[in-house]
Amino acid sequence: MAESGKQQIQEEAIDKKLDKNLLKRLLSYFKPYKKYIIFATILTITVSALAAVRPYLTPIAIDDKIMNNDINGLQFIIIILLSTLIVQGIVQYGLGYLTAWIGQKIIYDLRKKIYEHILRLDLKFFDKNPIGRLVTRATSDVEVLYEVFSSGIVTAFGDIFTLIWIVTFMFILDWQLALVTLAVLPVLIYGTSIFRNKVRDSYRRIRILIAKINSYVQEHITGISVVQMFNKEKKTVEDFEKINRQHTEQNKKSIFYYAVFFPFVELIGAVSVGLIIWYGGGQTVQGAIEIGVLISFIQYTEMFFRPIRDLSEKYNILQTAMASSERIFEILDQTSPVKDVANPVKLVDFKGKVEFKNVNFSYSEDNPVLRNVNLKINPGEKVAFVGATGAGKSTILNLMERFYDVDSGEILMDDVNIKNLRQEDLRKHIATVLQDVYLFSGTIKSNITLGDENISDEIIYTAIENVGLMPFINSLEKGILHPVNERGTMLSTGQKQLISFARALVYDPEILMLDEATSSVDTHTEILIQKAINKLIDNRTSIIIAHRLSTIQKCDKIIVMHKGEIKEAGTHQELLNLGGLYYKLYELQYKNETV
Amino acid sequence: MKSLSALLPYLRKYRKKIFIGYLFILLHLGLISIYPLIIGDAMDKITNGIYGTPIYLDIAYALGLTVIGGFFLFLTRQNIIVMSREIENDLRFDFFSHLQTLSKSFFNKNSTGDLMARATSDINNIRNFVGPGIMYSLQTSTRLTITLIILFNINSFVTLVALIPLPIITILVYKIGKFTFKRSLKVQESFSEMTAKVQESFSGIRVIKTFIREKYEFSEFDNISKDNFQKNLNLAKIQSFSFPMMFLLTGISIILVIYFGGIKVMEGQMTYGNISEFIIYIGHLTWPMIAFGWIINLFQRASPSMGRLLEIINATPEIKDNVDTDLKISDKNLKGEILFDNVSFKYPGSDKYILKNINLKIKNGSTLGILGQTGAGKSSLINLLPRIFDTEEGNIFIDGINIKKIPIKVLREIIGIVPQESFLFSNTIEKNIAYSDDIPNSGEVLVAAQSAGLYKDVINFPYRFHTILGERGITLSGGQKQRTSLARALYKKPEILILDDSLSAVDTKTEEEILNELKLIMKDRTNIIISHRISTIKNANNIIVLKDGEISEQGTHNELISKNGFYFDLYQKQLLEDEISNS
Repeated sequence: MAESGKQQIQEEAIDKKLDKNLLKRLLSYFKPYKKYIIFATILTITVSALAAVRPYLTPIAIDDKIMNNDINGLQFIIIILLSTLIVQGIVQYGLGYLTAWIGQKIIYDLRKKIYEHILRLDLKFFDKNPIGRLVTRATSDVEVLYEVFSSGIVTAFGDIFTLIWIVTFMFILDWQLALVTLAVLPVLIYGTSIFRNKVRDSYRRIRILIAKINSYVQEHITGISVVQMFNKEKKTVEDFEKINRQHTEQNKKSIFYYAVFFPFVELIGAVSVGLIIWYGGGQTVQGAIEIGVLISFIQYTEMFFRPIRDLSEKYNILQTAMASSERIFEILDQTSPVKDVANPVKLVDFKGKVEFKNVNFSYSEDNPVLRNVNLKINPGEKVAFVGATGAGKSTILNLMERFYDVDSGEILMDDVNIKNLRQEDLRKHIATVLQDVYLFSGTIKSNITLGDENISDEIIYTAIENVGLMPFINSLEKGILHPVNERGTMLSTGQKQLISFARALVYDPEILMLDEATSSVDTHTEILIQKAINKLIDNRTSIIIAHRLSTIQKCDKIIVMHKGEIKEAGTHQELLNLGGLYYKLYELQYKNETV
Repeated sequence: MKSLSALLPYLRKYRKKIFIGYLFILLHLGLISIYPLIIGDAMDKITNGIYGTPIYLDIAYALGLTVIGGFFLFLTRQNIIVMSREIENDLRFDFFSHLQTLSKSFFNKNSTGDLMARATSDINNIRNFVGPGIMYSLQTSTRLTITLIILFNINSFVTLVALIPLPIITILVYKIGKFTFKRSLKVQESFSEMTAKVQESFSGIRVIKTFIREKYEFSEFDNISKDNFQKNLNLAKIQSFSFPMMFLLTGISIILVIYFGGIKVMEGQMTYGNISEFIIYIGHLTWPMIAFGWIINLFQRASPSMGRLLEIINATPEIKDNVDTDLKISDKNLKGEILFDNVSFKYPGSDKYILKNINLKIKNGSTLGILGQTGAGKSSLINLLPRIFDTEEGNIFIDGINIKKIPIKVLREIIGIVPQESFLFSNTIEKNIAYSDDIPNSGEVLVAAQSAGLYKDVINFPYRFHTILGERGITLSGGQKQRTSLARALYKKPEILILDDSLSAVDTKTEEEILNELKLIMKDRTNIIISHRISTIKNANNIIVLKDGEISEQGTHNELISKNGFYFDLYQKQLLEDEISNS
């Protein structure tokens, strides 16, 4: 229907050529654990060797000892059998644990990588990708890879070894019969490749649908109040069932492919045995082949198709894994356009001077948000932005923190282009208070310090005092250790706002930015905060966005924005004298509040 | 364990599929056991020098058998595995539809990430048990039975000897099962915790970036992730045990057969061929036994997951229609006159009163303005109306009917709230505005958008009303979100319209325009407006000032001004600010 941004991950894109590269890349995560893998492979070979000893010993026990009534000899053989069995059990346990360890370790590595990568991406990425989808990538998508990284690869190695082993023995026994037996291979390979393609596409669709389900569920949990207030529970559930159903039907398709494939492999096996009996039988009757060879071939054939079946089960795992890893790699391949330069400039003794030079910016291509913005803020200056909603005020703040990069023009901090600074160094000097306060689950304290243990309780209390939150904190049994749940739903908007104020205060930045920060607070509280703010902005560069003009009149400079352009700039009085946009805005508000 | 019994109704629904599936398992296994006989027959013939048509016939039989057997195997999967996907579908449906019925207080207690984990990984664990778990256990047990019958027919003493490890297997299975259960639960819990963490940090990305807390978040996540790693490894310690154990015990069975069977042979009570048969048949049981261990594992993982799912599915909605509900009441009977009769309120689990002894009457066609400090209880007051929360103390009446008697659906039908924090769906603007309708009425959408002062924004969007919002589309500004949310409430044409500080992010000029538009709409509705700006509410018929959950002042704008209290104070302050700025 509507357009979606370039950055949005193309869930629907299906590219068939990538498989090999994908697998290669997936396998590259084994690299740090090469030694362990080799060790695990050695254990696998040991296990199969030990397993092979018993069929060799059994005939001895039966033929030699039992037939000769040799009870002592039988006991001896039994003891050997038992000990190989126990050793095999122990080795197998070790192998199981080792592969689980490798798998979990890689999962852990990968998850860490994804999480950190996503957290480092720019905000444009977050604007375009549903949180639910991103969460799936870092959690369940990675989980799916576990089996590949643990037992999957090692047993697949084992299976392949077994196949090679069997084929070799067949050729040693009778190469002509071996060729006849393996004549079915092309059919098997062809059938398998059809199956593989079908299953791969199917799994890909399944993963897309799972992501859809997740983001639907996530959105409707977050917006549950709206759903319930509008009595839309039934419709919501109906719409959910549509996606849920699609997912089930797609799964049924892949079940169908498997249900066809397994009997297919069995049939090919039977054909193979048929060929042995047909050709080998004829040869045997003519005396060209011994009957024992024929029996061995039949046994080998049966042994041959078990690993094939196992491998296709493994392939099932691998397919799910490929589908997941494709999505994971898509995320990992997203590079943030906002990057640190190779040799960043260090800001020494930062003063807090800000300059915009011919800045143009848009969130999406056809929608310019800032047009040719030029402005200069001197250290310690208090600057206010006013203008209608959507005029581009918040965007100015976003660009200053370099959440987005400008399309053209440059932004300078203390005369250094912010692109030449490390993002961390830049943001260190800035604190922003947003209108939409985000609180994490934890305590009031952890929400103020954001986990920085260098911030002492004293500093926290001073900040709390300054923002006028003290009476509230005192009313709480646990004080600043009062628990806060996800998004702080048990707190009022005003309280959340005040906490976010305290948060900005303890970080004591050179530049403070307030984005409509006081509009959710009642006038009484606002006056309280205003006092604190006045104290606070005293010795630092401050940028304020406010709708209520009364709060910003004392600013050194007021910048009036309209449709992404700076229309007027000056002090309150200058702008009033100008009789332009600001004057109109002011008149309106004044009239509103006095009539 | 008990939790899995909750699956019974689901399984019962598909009992036909399970039954048919089992029938096909029997047919498949039956045919498969004939196959070796045919091959053996062919080999005997060849040994005796017979070739030609009889051999070709054997080959044809074997192939025909495989085709038919394969068809049964196909049908087995098409029934049992498909059934498991259907149950997964049902479970997810029940989980999600039940979530929709739960009250706000439930969502305050349960994090989204945790709920998400239950909807994904837990349901998956159950699916694995229901599908492959059930299919393989039916296959395995059938095979075991057939084999045991054959073995007892050969020699019952040796069969019993071969079964000596069975009690040990049973005890081990039980022990391993218990550990697997406990440790799986731990794994699921830590996975939930991790999901919740990831969810939170992605949602709070702006804060993290602004305050450069990435590294701290990394280490927080790392701790949780490490814990998850450890919990998984603890589980693996137990799980790695089951496979070699089963292997070992069947191996011991074979050795016992060789030894005791060997002695029997020496005593002349058994033939040499019998031992070979025993070894072959027990050998055939090795894989099913190992599969059995695997099934136990699936079962043990599914059980805690089902428990976690049931926690949600069995959570009772705190607020729902009950015996007192008068189902005769429909939205047509209600005009929207509101009466708060001595209402007090505190949040569940807290003993601090948010609202105290509220008495209030709002007539139809009139507007109530609410003013008060942050945390004074303004939002709590209006949340009681649509029963987002319930109160035990005092009563609320609409048109003289206690709201607890009005069906919730009807009650919410007549109320339109524009909440403080606007939540919009990632859908088109049109669908968002017409959210109360299943099929949007474009004309009405336009009217609502115009009244909410949104129209002039929408015409600048790339696809106008069909522009998708949010994650997959455009991002709206705070004011645009609020106005969309207002349009959504207006579209519904509610009898009671509530604005909870919903124009805070809208600039004054737009606000004035909107309020002008709303005058007409509010004329024949009951209206409540919460605001911090006197300008927004000064025209209300009645204004209350809330202080610490109590009504401290009440009256019209002029009355309150003359009362010389908080309202007047606030008014003066706002006026003063203006006067200072005017000079």
